[in-house]
Amino acid sequence: MNGLMDDAAFSRALKSRHRRGNIWQRFFRLSTIVALLALIALFLNIANSAFGYALQDYDIAPTELVEGGDIASLDNARLVAMLAEHQPRRLAVYVRDTLSMVDASVFTTLPLSRVLEGRSYPEALASATIPEVTADDLQTILRDNLTHDQLVSIIEEQVIGINVLRTWSLTDSLTNRAQIEAIAAENPRANLIFRSWLDLNFLSSPMSGNAAVAGIRTAILGSVWVIVITVAFAFPIGVGAAIYLEEYATDTPLNNLIETNIRNLAGVPSIIYGLLGLAIFVRALETITAGRTVLSAGLTMGLLILPVIIINSQEAIRAVPSSIREASFGLGATRWQTIWNQVLPAAMPGILTGTILALSRAIGETAPLIVIGASTFILSDPSSPLSRFTALPIQIYQWTARPQPEFRAAAAGAIIVLLILLLTMNASAIFLRQRYRRKLTA
Amino acid sequence: MTTNRAYAVELKDVNIYYGEKLAVKDVNLSIAHQKITAFIGPSGCGKSTVLRSINRMNDLIPGAKVEGDVVYRSQSLYGRDIDAVEVRRRIGMVFQKPNPFPKSIYDNVAYGPRLLGIRDRKVLNEIVERSLKHSFLWDEVKGDLKKSGLALSGGQQQRLCIARTIAVEPDVILMDEPCSALDPIATQAIEDLMKELVKQYTIVIVTHNMQQAQRVSDYTAFYSIRKEVETEGKEKRWGVLVEYAPTETLFNQPSHEETERYIRGEFG
Ligand SMILES: Nc1ncnc2c1ncn2[C@@H]1O[C@H](COP(=O)(O)OP(=O)(O)O)[C@@H](O)[C@H]1O
Ligand SMILES: [Mg+2]
Repeated sequence: MNGLMDDAAFSRALKSRHRRGNIWQRFFRLSTIVALLALIALFLNIANSAFGYALQDYDIAPTELVEGGDIASLDNARLVAMLAEHQPRRLAVYVRDTLSMVDASVFTTLPLSRVLEGRSYPEALASATIPEVTADDLQTILRDNLTHDQLVSIIEEQVIGINVLRTWSLTDSLTNRAQIEAIAAENPRANLIFRSWLDLNFLSSPMSGNAAVAGIRTAILGSVWVIVITVAFAFPIGVGAAIYLEEYATDTPLNNLIETNIRNLAGVPSIIYGLLGLAIFVRALETITAGRTVLSAGLTMGLLILPVIIINSQEAIRAVPSSIREASFGLGATRWQTIWNQVLPAAMPGILTGTILALSRAIGETAPLIVIGASTFILSDPSSPLSRFTALPIQIYQWTARPQPEFRAAAAGAIIVLLILLLTMNASAIFLRQRYRRKLTA
Repeated sequence: MTTNRAYAVELKDVNIYYGEKLAVKDVNLSIAHQKITAFIGPSGCGKSTVLRSINRMNDLIPGAKVEGDVVYRSQSLYGRDIDAVEVRRRIGMVFQKPNPFPKSIYDNVAYGPRLLGIRDRKVLNEIVERSLKHSFLWDEVKGDLKKSGLALSGGQQQRLCIARTIAVEPDVILMDEPCSALDPIATQAIEDLMKELVKQYTIVIVTHNMQQAQRVSDYTAFYSIRKEVETEGKEKRWGVLVEYAPTETLFNQPSHEETERYIRGEFG
């Protein structure tokens, strides 16, 4: 005999071999199902909070303020007048919260030339202090310095005072209609509306202490600013380092050590990068970054994704067939000509894919931003790298941490926006990769 | 450039190492001007290694080292003031696997001239047309120069690579088994092309196909492998040039017994 088992033993063994295979197959299918269920649960959970009935009432109904109730159609002067009419004593407070250039403790004692430095105010009042300024002049100052949007949101919040009395989840809204209406009937002044917390107003409104009118414009702009600075910082340096390591660096122990360390850095928890950013950008380089600004955040995020960009770019560069390099050198190209004309174009889709994926990680990062001190409440949009800012994940974190349930609904809306942003970025990465694959096989 | 000299390239006592490992030893060889010289020999005997030392492609391999002298038109190629980039522009190379750039046919051919700083569209057009005609590819692609070089057949790709090489007007063209990835018809086309090109260029071709060497070359260099048992179970192997002669002589009256055995197909 040739040493193989006889037929009976073979079929017995075969059965058990198949059985073992089937068990594994079932296990893999189960894993996939669990992952899928987790994903569905996540989406349902978010949707459940982001949509549903809300019971709202007003201090003063918009229709009582203006014919038709459309506040936004009024001009600045009318809006300020409205504010003065309903809250005559709070005008100075609004100046302090929205316009003051000095610390609150000296707001009432310094002259206007300091308090409103760089803003517009009547020339004659330059040396006056806030308590000396008349209500009319305060109105002028608010009218000339605040944007229309800012005024509208102040009116909505402070005068109209939309007040969310209660919110219901999507499932409750769909299944418990009768009970919800009964509760609504107990509050005759309030109206029950079916509310999508994610709508155009939500996207375009600034932050607010009132969930009913709060939006995420400031947070979106903050995230965009941070990401732009992150790319501008991390992309050239990351790709440059990858080119150096792949194309120039020789196989010395030092270079190997550097490579290994870059790999390790990619695994360092993001909060550590936050601490690093705090020490370097916020504190040590404060004269350049102006402290807790978009610039500091962008640079910190840049540090965070730098190793990932380097590693991805290295892999993309390494994947360029050496035959292309040889062909280029063989025609008398210098090393740089070869890199610029052949290696980089061929590696670019891979580099971009890696960078986009790294950025989509950065855009959702929360810990480093908390550590370097993103603003938790801020009304003005970031307008330069030296602006203070908040960002989407910070906003979500803030809102979910609040006790009022309506803020959780708003947070769910913001989460949807963040997820859409992430999915779009990942989809574009996949798209790039596919297009590249098609081009190579053409 | 003196074109009436008999030899384009001379290798003198050349040893080539990869790191510590000796790859070829004691190669002495003079490559005749405007002739086709073939390198034959068993796999691993260092044909490619020697070929790549002629245009300093070995420089790109970390640890590769050339001892002895490679003289091109009375200049030592490994001399202090010689720039490898300049060497490769004068001594072009065609590789075993056709390797067009993932660019259009036009851009493939114009690549070399552009490296030299030629930007003028009219000049480039002329060079591209001349090179493609010269490599017998023009008629097949003239209607669609924008097509990707990768969309051509294997044989066409290899001729594109040759067109790309002659676009920078080199003096010597090195070909490392240029037909080994091609079918017989495409091979025939390349061989015809070589016979045409040799009127202007000096050609060195590595081939594993002895019929090909006989068909196209004027001179043939036969390399073989030497072995030495170093310690138990470990042996050193390096390549040597066994015999170098006009192709006729080498195949019909080889002066070494090893050559005779090789061309009779007894090893390799
Ligand atoms: N890049 C390289 N690094 C190290 N050793 C190499 C390299 N290229 C070739 N060699 C070695 O050099 C010897 C000759 O190789 P090669 O010139 O490719 O032979 P041939 O072309 O005749 O088949 C072989 O032993 C091979 O293993
Ligand atoms: Mg070879």
